Amino acid sequence: MAVKKSNTIKLKFDSARNLAPAPESKSAAKINERYDLFINGKFEKPSGKKYFATINPANEEKLADVAEANNADVNKAVTAARTAYEKVWKKTAPKERAKYIYRIARMIQERAREFAVIETLDGGKPIRESRDFDVPTAANHFFYYAGWADKLEYAFPNRNAQPLGVAGQIIPWNFPLLMAAWKIAPALATGNTVVLKPAETTPLTALKLAEIIREADLPPGVVNIITGAGETGAAIVNHPDINKIAFTGSTNVGKIIQRAIAGTNKKATLELGGKAANIIFDDAPLDQAVEGVINGIFFNQGHVCCAGSRLYVQESVYKTVVQKLKDRMETLIVGDPMDKNTDIGAINSKEQLETINKYLKIGQQEGAEMYQSACSVPRKGFYCRPTIFTNVAQSNRIAQEEIFGPVLTIQSFRTDDEVIEKANNTPFGLSAGVWTDKGSKIFNLTTKLRAGVIWANTYNKFDPVSPFGGYKESGYGREGGLHGLQAYINLV
Amino acid sequence: MATKTKPGIPKESINLNGNGHSNNGTEPKRLEVLKTYKIYIGGQFPRTESGRYYHATNGKGELLANVCLSSRKDFRDAVVAARAAFGGWSARAAFNRGQILYRIAEMLEGRKAQFIDELMKQDSTRAQAEAEVNLAIDRFIYYSGWCDKFQQIFSAVNPVASSHFNFSVPEPTGVVAAIAAQDSSLIGLVSVIAPIIAGGNSCVVLASNTKPLCAVTFAEVLNSSDLPGGVVNILTGKVAELVPFFADHMDVNATVYCGAEANMQQMIKEKSALNVKRVQIYDKVKWMSEEAQSPYFIMDLQEIKTTWHPIENIGGAKAGY
Amino acid sequence: MIATKTIPDFSLSPRVDQVGIEERASRVTKRSIKNETKVNGLMLALNMIDLTTLEGKDTDGKVKQLCYKAQHLLDTYPGLPTVAAVCVYPSMVKVAKTALGNSGIKVAAVATAFPSGQAPRDVKIRDTKFAVDQGADEIDMVISRGKFHMGEYNFVFDEIAAVKEACGNARLKVILETGELVTYDKVRRASDIAMYAGADFIKTSTGKISPAATLPVTLVMLEAIRDFYYKTGKKIAMKPAGGISKAKLALHYLVLLNEVLGEEWMNNEWFRFGASSLANDILMQLMKQKTGVYQSADYFSID
Repeated sequence: MAVKKSNTIKLKFDSARNLAPAPESKSAAKINERYDLFINGKFEKPSGKKYFATINPANEEKLADVAEANNADVNKAVTAARTAYEKVWKKTAPKERAKYIYRIARMIQERAREFAVIETLDGGKPIRESRDFDVPTAANHFFYYAGWADKLEYAFPNRNAQPLGVAGQIIPWNFPLLMAAWKIAPALATGNTVVLKPAETTPLTALKLAEIIREADLPPGVVNIITGAGETGAAIVNHPDINKIAFTGSTNVGKIIQRAIAGTNKKATLELGGKAANIIFDDAPLDQAVEGVINGIFFNQGHVCCAGSRLYVQESVYKTVVQKLKDRMETLIVGDPMDKNTDIGAINSKEQLETINKYLKIGQQEGAEMYQSACSVPRKGFYCRPTIFTNVAQSNRIAQEEIFGPVLTIQSFRTDDEVIEKANNTPFGLSAGVWTDKGSKIFNLTTKLRAGVIWANTYNKFDPVSPFGGYKESGYGREGGLHGLQAYINLV
Repeated sequence: MATKTKPGIPKESINLNGNGHSNNGTEPKRLEVLKTYKIYIGGQFPRTESGRYYHATNGKGELLANVCLSSRKDFRDAVVAARAAFGGWSARAAFNRGQILYRIAEMLEGRKAQFIDELMKQDSTRAQAEAEVNLAIDRFIYYSGWCDKFQQIFSAVNPVASSHFNFSVPEPTGVVAAIAAQDSSLIGLVSVIAPIIAGGNSCVVLASNTKPLCAVTFAEVLNSSDLPGGVVNILTGKVAELVPFFADHMDVNATVYCGAEANMQQMIKEKSALNVKRVQIYDKVKWMSEEAQSPYFIMDLQEIKTTWHPIENIGGAKAGY
Repeated sequence: MIATKTIPDFSLSPRVDQVGIEERASRVTKRSIKNETKVNGLMLALNMIDLTTLEGKDTDGKVKQLCYKAQHLLDTYPGLPTVAAVCVYPSMVKVAKTALGNSGIKVAAVATAFPSGQAPRDVKIRDTKFAVDQGADEIDMVISRGKFHMGEYNFVFDEIAAVKEACGNARLKVILETGELVTYDKVRRASDIAMYAGADFIKTSTGKISPAATLPVTLVMLEAIRDFYYKTGKKIAMKPAGGISKAKLALHYLVLLNEVLGEEWMNNEWFRFGASSLANDILMQLMKQKTGVYQSADYFSID
């Protein structure tokens, strides 16, 4: 029998990517031309009368104008939140608080399709993800925390949980609705009121949530949603009448916030960057591991703080894994986020695309070998093909710095000790992955990896009951689960 | 600084010889051996690398001892020792940590008289001194018991919706730099160290500047208690001089400040941002009170780690019960 | 080194994580197959069918009717392909062969004491040789699952190799009966044994045991085929059988195939559906695509 050498064998996947368009209908979503600030239960015009455009990163077309909140608006929102806290929410019976939150959860479920479409239009993520992940998980988060509202006395043994007051919450553009849910749900359940600012590139689902909150009859001022860029965020952080800052975003901004509130009694939780190690041992179920790597780095275009961006593969299976990874990458469909078959949608903004491209250059200059799948990308809009770098050293910048895009570095390793040391050799500590068929090895690794979330033989799983948050420069505090309550209470 | 009396010799001890018998005055007076108060780094008792010292005095200004005025380099060395010790200490069986904390209490009990003596030199009445030492011992017993229990209280098995086993457990934050209460010689120090190490962290602690004697003696207790070197490192010196380094050292994971000075608190929080340190400020805690001990002090210096693993589910329909 | 000459230790076959493989398989069901992709896919699926009748009550008449259907799926719809093969018991091979004539449709025969495989080896060899002598183009054998569960991998291996030898020029499909192997780890191991022992196809099921073919079990086998191909350069074909009766599900299988093994496998030389009622559902869907009207089963012949 004729035997070909393996390196001459190549599978062909062009037809797997070339599917007829299957676009989700835009008609499911109603987007206003202009959005105002949601303060004290009403949509109010910004006092500076300024608006900024939010665009669809998939085609660079404008979706809506959104109000820019200045200091006066922030002050108004905080005052509304304070008044609502003192006069209403603090005194609202916990079981009634719960019912409001349940109501929000249900209304998100009812309007799930609309939320999914808007999330995809505004942020560029594939409709498959906003439909199957972001929106249902956001609704579930409200559902989970609603139930805690009247059960807090069971959460902290021998202590009484008291609300903090007004929480200022600043969220990023990678999971706009879900992050809003992660912030608002536990804050309300524990009896706090909220001033939330979505990211300037992705404000629409949070504003849609504001509509729901109004429809749910939540007392005015309990949740205020104001839009704007960094300055608006700074005004929230620096407002003297805020008791708590919850921030998800970059480590740099997290540090600025930590400094900014140093002279105050504001509590803070920070959910910052990451550069997670994903480790494959030679006895792992390799095909599932490869799928985990794919989910780990290409989920949401790699705009995920816990993305498994550093892959470590045991040398004896290195070639096999890289081969499998490349084959799987070839089947990923990059393109219109509204197409139900799209696996990798649009990069969230021009700026982020520039950052990613900068790192692609750096990687090549550093001598790493770049591989991108053969897929085509649309001409308009911001896109990046799935990318892996081999021949990477730990000292390469692409292996140290958070790229926040669909870019994976791959290094080989030989021993358990070596990979544990390399995995922990980072200022970050948000998450990590480990793949092996050996139970005792899993527990060795999961214990020794210094990160807040460890996925063993899986990756990028999220659940409202599961605490999420980092070690070291990935921030502090947890969101989700029982431990997520702690971020919004004083124990007395 | 002028010395008014001989350092380290309280008046009442003049009447005692080495055997504890009364001196009838006929024998020549035995010259007492004075204690050198050194700092504690990596299980060793070095003098400060700087060669500097300061006078510890009592309330009347009488000299009690020459005490090391630790430098930032001493702090640096202590952090290196603490980092080296962290892995082993955090990986010990919780039960074993509990035993070692219990051993510390035993050793404290054995040297009770010395601590009472030092506290009295530092202006406590005998009753106050006895109460403080007793509480310090009891506090170690208290935290000894928590070593293998707080994880059970503060862990969770999280019922995720997918077919995964998911659990969250506390893990030590890492190297903790702590500034102990300045108005207390022993109980403030003990109360801050015990929860840190009960939780598996290692630490560098700055003792009370004005009442440093017990800290150094306590280090001797630790050193004879099976506690691995480097898990606790104790420095003496000036708060204002050392605090900036406690807060901005890049290999320190958390800073604890037991003080009420607002500008100091702010400076610590600001500098801690450099590597996103966790900061705990204990400015209202009455260290002699019951409220000064709880597993929540342990949890203040813990991270929550959540682990996921798939659950195989095959033939579920037939395997039901 | 010639890899095919090296027989691996099958107890070391790659492990499969159940949750992971099922997640991956379910992801292909999220693909939305529309318009020309759908029509092409349905046509291809029709052309990949092994139209099957495997009943104790099979008669010459039944088989002849089935063979007619195989060649004339829906004469009112021009341009339709035929199915790939007709699959029958050895005793019906001659009838089928005659009925199919020179249509190009293959005759496949289940052999080796199908479906249980509980017979001595010489019986299985004779069963195979009989079918081949009768004119079978393809032999669908079953592995000895009992021996497999006992860990007697060499027995299973040798048996497949012996049947392969008895096949002569007929292509050999090796049925793992995945529903009796139960775990994906064992499916993977059995796939490896079959391929190294000389299988031309690996096939999921007899259709007599539930569960029969599923997407994840097919995925495990496709991944085994891919690994084998990379190791040896030899292509192995795949046949999921049983339980695939809906056009939409068939399209999911094709998406899976396309994403794991790629274009070269997207034809009936390398992929088959073992099915009896799938053809009509595909025909109904094709008619719906053509006319825009939802269809009734009454308008599609049952043979």
